Amino acid sequence: MHSKSRFLQISAVSEAILHIFFGIVTLACLIPLWSVISISLSNDNKIRQIGYRFWPVGFSTKSYDFVLSQGRAIWHAYGITIFVTIVGTVLCVLVVSMYAYILFRKDFKYRKFFTFFGFFTMLINAGLVPWYIVCVNILHLKNTIYALILPYVMNMWYVLIFRTYLSMSLPDSIIESAKIDGAGEFTTFFRIVVPLVKPGLATIALFSAITYWNDWWLPFMLIDTEKLYNLQYMMYRVQQKIQYLAEIAGKLGASGIVPTDLPTESARMAMAVLGMGPIVLAYPFFQRYFVKGLTIGAIKG
Amino acid sequence: MANDQRTYRSGFLRELNKNFPLFLMALPGVVLLIAFSYLPLFGLIIAFKDVHYDVGILKSPWVGLKNFEFLFKTPDAFIITRNTLLYNFAFIVFGNLAAIATAIALSEMRSRFMAKFYQSVMFLPYFLSWVVVAYMAFAFLSIDLGILNTMVLPKLGLQPIAWYFETKPWPVILILANLWKYTGYNAVIYLAAITGIDPEYYEAALIDGASKWQQIKHITIPLLSPLVVVLVLLGIGRIFYADFGLFYQLPMNSGALYDVTNVIDTYVYRTLMGMNDIGMASAASFYQSIMGFILVLTSNLIVRRLDPEKALF
Repeated sequence: MHSKSRFLQISAVSEAILHIFFGIVTLACLIPLWSVISISLSNDNKIRQIGYRFWPVGFSTKSYDFVLSQGRAIWHAYGITIFVTIVGTVLCVLVVSMYAYILFRKDFKYRKFFTFFGFFTMLINAGLVPWYIVCVNILHLKNTIYALILPYVMNMWYVLIFRTYLSMSLPDSIIESAKIDGAGEFTTFFRIVVPLVKPGLATIALFSAITYWNDWWLPFMLIDTEKLYNLQYMMYRVQQKIQYLAEIAGKLGASGIVPTDLPTESARMAMAVLGMGPIVLAYPFFQRYFVKGLTIGAIKG
Repeated sequence: MANDQRTYRSGFLRELNKNFPLFLMALPGVVLLIAFSYLPLFGLIIAFKDVHYDVGILKSPWVGLKNFEFLFKTPDAFIITRNTLLYNFAFIVFGNLAAIATAIALSEMRSRFMAKFYQSVMFLPYFLSWVVVAYMAFAFLSIDLGILNTMVLPKLGLQPIAWYFETKPWPVILILANLWKYTGYNAVIYLAAITGIDPEYYEAALIDGASKWQQIKHITIPLLSPLVVVLVLLGIGRIFYADFGLFYQLPMNSGALYDVTNVIDTYVYRTLMGMNDIGMASAASFYQSIMGFILVLTSNLIVRRLDPEKALF
């Protein structure tokens, strides 16, 4: 960050006004999050009497006990989300970085063709109906784990970001000298290029991991077997129909008995907290990389 | 002529032979692009067919523009086009204004620590899925238990509102939700551009006795304007596409709200999955693709006129 002292600074009054303004904005960003946590920690009967509140009423962790012990399906959904996020992110980083690398190689004669081949898909999008029919009737992805992974693996936008990163941080001479030393293309890529561009790879990995973690769209379109529900989709089902929580608890739970006094209101919000938990906890760490990645993207979109 | 072709082909084969590993590296990407982007393009013909699943799409009879005729005869066609365009227009205008104002304010703050803190907090909503945001909205808007109806409105002496059945507030709610989720993210893009401005401009202005306000008006904003133009035009290029999560999850698919929440994307989904009307859904899908394509080309043409460096192609 450049030194501000050389410039005219804004007045103390202006600064104070900005602090008040951003204070309000900060609250607007955090209060919804805080409310959901509060409700999840409230006593369900109290909530039903007085409604949702900004603070926990009749503090209780019963909702979590209920969601975690009864809803075996929730653990399963967590597992699906984690599996899909890891596998999808690894594949995405691999495919995107290799594709970006060949576009970066100025000595590769067909790089212009491959650039256009990818870029064209950013210009015209066939839309939902043809995409759905291809996924279901040609690729047979309906109700398979691949449906939750493959559609997001190749992303031309990430390719462009990563190519920009490569051209900014990787001198051509490194590739040339590797060639002179007799390294094959794959050796050069994995042993020499990859270790040098780890921050760029981390950026793509983070973008991709967030996409997979937060995805509800693919199961929404392509999955209707409960075994393949991921966390976000299960949350969507619960939100749509709170009894669904009781249904899955009854069907898949250990006891098999659905309690009559389900803490449905607080359990609903507990579900949301469990769904966003890992992302919000990892957020302070993630954020730095995201800002870096965005900044690179903004230089040449 | 024949000779030319042979050299071309042997040229390609020679290249394939010489750089085989590079082609291999491109292969997974190429296969996925074909599967999820190119194959669906052929599916655009569905819009001109009367699809019978038993004979398959290729053998289904052509019906010309029938599907489009049916679509544009419904009142939905007007509503979804109006909603998609107006909401996106509002998002482009308010979204960019909010992001620019935020970025300038953050860059001018004396306390770097607090500026970083505000930036981090405003970025947080970008990380949450629309499903989670819908839960948060529900905590406020739930008709019998929501914070607004049980706490806020009574205190102001107002009657509770049936949020999920009342169309009037939704344009405001959707625009606010969009700002809430994306302003922090967009501000970072503008902030990156502001940090890149050469400090000498400000030094020169300072010597000339320019006030802070004048500096912002005559240096920061003019130097940001190329980026603003690009982002606005990119937004216009995507004006026929809507954020499905925002329009489907947030109103919880409430039928009473369709008049103000139905956009082309949600309409296509509902027509395909709910009503199983593949003809109408593909006509709407086609309409969206073609308008989107034309607008991307047009906006790129304009960007290239204004600043060739910033053009996408």
